[in-house]
Amino acid sequence: MAKFKSVEELNQWREHLQKAAQSRSESSTTITIGMGTCGISAGARAVRDALVNELDARHMDVEIVEVGCIGLCAQEPLLDIQQGAEPRVTYANVTPKMVPRIIEDHLMKGRIVDKWVFGRVQSGGQHDN
Amino acid sequence: MTTNSPATVLVSCLHDHEPGLLSAFKRQLDTQGLSSQVEVIDAGCRGMCSLGPIVLIQPEQIFYTNVHTEDVADLVGKTLVNQEIIERLTYKRPESHEAVCFYEETPFYHRQARTVMRKCGMIDPQSIDSYIANGGYRALGDVLTFMSPEEVIDAVKKSGLRGRGGAGFSTGRKWEHTRHAPGSPKYVIANGDEGDPGAFMNRSLMEGDPHSIIEGMIIGAYAIGANQGYIYVRDEYPLAVHNLNLAINQALDYGLLGSNILGSGFDVKIDIVRGAGAFVCGESSALMQSVEGKVGEPRPKHFHATERGLWDLPTALNNVETWADIPLIINRGADWFASIGTAGSTGTKTFCLAGAVQNSGLIEVPLGITLREIIFDIGGGVPGNHEFKAVQTGGPSGGCIPASLLDLSVDYDSLAEVGSMMGSGGMIVMDDHTCMVDLARYFLDFLREESCGKCTPCREGIRCMLGILTRITDGQADMDDLEKLETLAVTVQTASLCGLGKSAPNPVLSTLRYFRDEYIAHIRDHKCPAGVCKALITYTIDADACTGCDVCRKRCPQNAISGERKEPHTIDPELCVKCGICYDVCKFDAVIVT
Repeated sequence: MAKFKSVEELNQWREHLQKAAQSRSESSTTITIGMGTCGISAGARAVRDALVNELDARHMDVEIVEVGCIGLCAQEPLLDIQQGAEPRVTYANVTPKMVPRIIEDHLMKGRIVDKWVFGRVQSGGQHDN
Repeated sequence: MTTNSPATVLVSCLHDHEPGLLSAFKRQLDTQGLSSQVEVIDAGCRGMCSLGPIVLIQPEQIFYTNVHTEDVADLVGKTLVNQEIIERLTYKRPESHEAVCFYEETPFYHRQARTVMRKCGMIDPQSIDSYIANGGYRALGDVLTFMSPEEVIDAVKKSGLRGRGGAGFSTGRKWEHTRHAPGSPKYVIANGDEGDPGAFMNRSLMEGDPHSIIEGMIIGAYAIGANQGYIYVRDEYPLAVHNLNLAINQALDYGLLGSNILGSGFDVKIDIVRGAGAFVCGESSALMQSVEGKVGEPRPKHFHATERGLWDLPTALNNVETWADIPLIINRGADWFASIGTAGSTGTKTFCLAGAVQNSGLIEVPLGITLREIIFDIGGGVPGNHEFKAVQTGGPSGGCIPASLLDLSVDYDSLAEVGSMMGSGGMIVMDDHTCMVDLARYFLDFLREESCGKCTPCREGIRCMLGILTRITDGQADMDDLEKLETLAVTVQTASLCGLGKSAPNPVLSTLRYFRDEYIAHIRDHKCPAGVCKALITYTIDADACTGCDVCRKRCPQNAISGERKEPHTIDPELCVKCGICYDVCKFDAVIVT
């Protein structure tokens, strides 16, 4: 990536990124894991590893994004699933053992695992400032 | 579809539902003579299997779900040829999702106003593209294109932003002083040396959205005329250091830091300085000493840092949260920022809600919210059958605020009026099982350890106050000690060199102000009303309530409990070390603390 030589170039790049993110988000799934210090200390690394293994085993092309703390430190590890343009669904206090069930029910069968859900959050998608 | 606009059909989440779908597509395209213009791709599984098979037609971004072989003729004939949308194949929102509440509907988030933290937990903090895609560096672009340094300072002044590190000085005025101070070069510094026990707002921000701090610093450097910035972050925050380093390097690669930023001719560099974890280095002049490579000790305040700061040159030092507020003020306007909060304390503030509270965590609220709203609405109140007793704001050198003041507005001036302070944003909730004398002793012990020792009032005064507090909790103090304690507290407050020394007596003064009865009970009656101070309490077993279940006897590490099964047990006071295990394990409330 070359340096931006003007504000224009930066703005064009932002538009490009926003379009790319939008077209990807329309028809695919993104899984977000809280990996701030609070998430890591609550066991988020093991959850991420379990998730990577599970997705590999099922040959699923799902993007995993590691994010910082959303404030619910007592509920970490948090794992969010965003399918298409739908709001993210947050699972709280996730352990590696819960991961296969979440993938099977939520992604494969389209059923939310109610008992583990904390809530939904509008996608970080296009905050524009 | 015209002949010169090729299309792509991405088919995903096929699995075993429709093995013939791809070949059906190809056959249909052949029949219609479109094979050369339409490419059909098996995109594998993209994690939306419950809606599969999924078809995405590009570049139009038409999204169909649950597509079957019998739909292919329509799909090609209607959508690909005539751009017609087939209603029955469009995406339907799953009903099960509707039942899940939104974050904003939960008590924890409902009263919050997440603005400076809005991207934390939402974007990938290790990717500058994720920040840019979400509007990042737009404020910097606008500043460099449309605003003079003076206009930036005016906007920050107009917003009413006050320092988020706790002292609450007007940020705009600080910048103005630095800009007009003689001397060159000038510096900007971000204070990320969060040292309060139980506080982690700055850590979360540095980890979760490092670019917002960097963007704020670049804008600040432009406004005051600095070309060098430092982020001072404690080394106990390895992830924060890592993410900030990544962010700085990415910004350099993109030309957002370095020379001739975005072709504007403005240059600025930012470096990270790792602190070794001394509490005193959160104090601005000690922090600057530490950046210079000297021992982190505060300097006498003959000059403001805005005139003679780092290397005796004009320096604008702000908390990382203050810096992260800057892009927001530029993007959404000073008036928007000033419309949040109270007249004297605008905007939002992050707090770490901890202690005896149902929903602990990191919150961001509009200033002017009441303590009651924070603790009971957002925090969900005190867990168990306990009563709220006090809340400590402002970290170890903050004050304790009692239940009678729960409707106090949380802003810089109201907190100072009741003997506490905003501080950087720690908020520790205490229930009726907290002894306020013991609490003051605990914080004074912390402050004694962290006192740098440079000035006598703080070094010796805190040590003497701690000695008196320890005597009180041991039941060996008299009423004269209380007077000495107060005199000492006022002396340390008045005569200490830096803000940390001046605020160190706050835990003592505020508990004396609101919980004097507890001090007197310790001294005069040799009782600890909260049942905490070991020298003043005894554990006994209520023979009527005891069922003789034997659990306490088995768990007692001192073998101080005796009794036959199903008969009331007794505690031998000679052997008891008052560890409280029997109290915790008794299911029948038969263990009594007096």
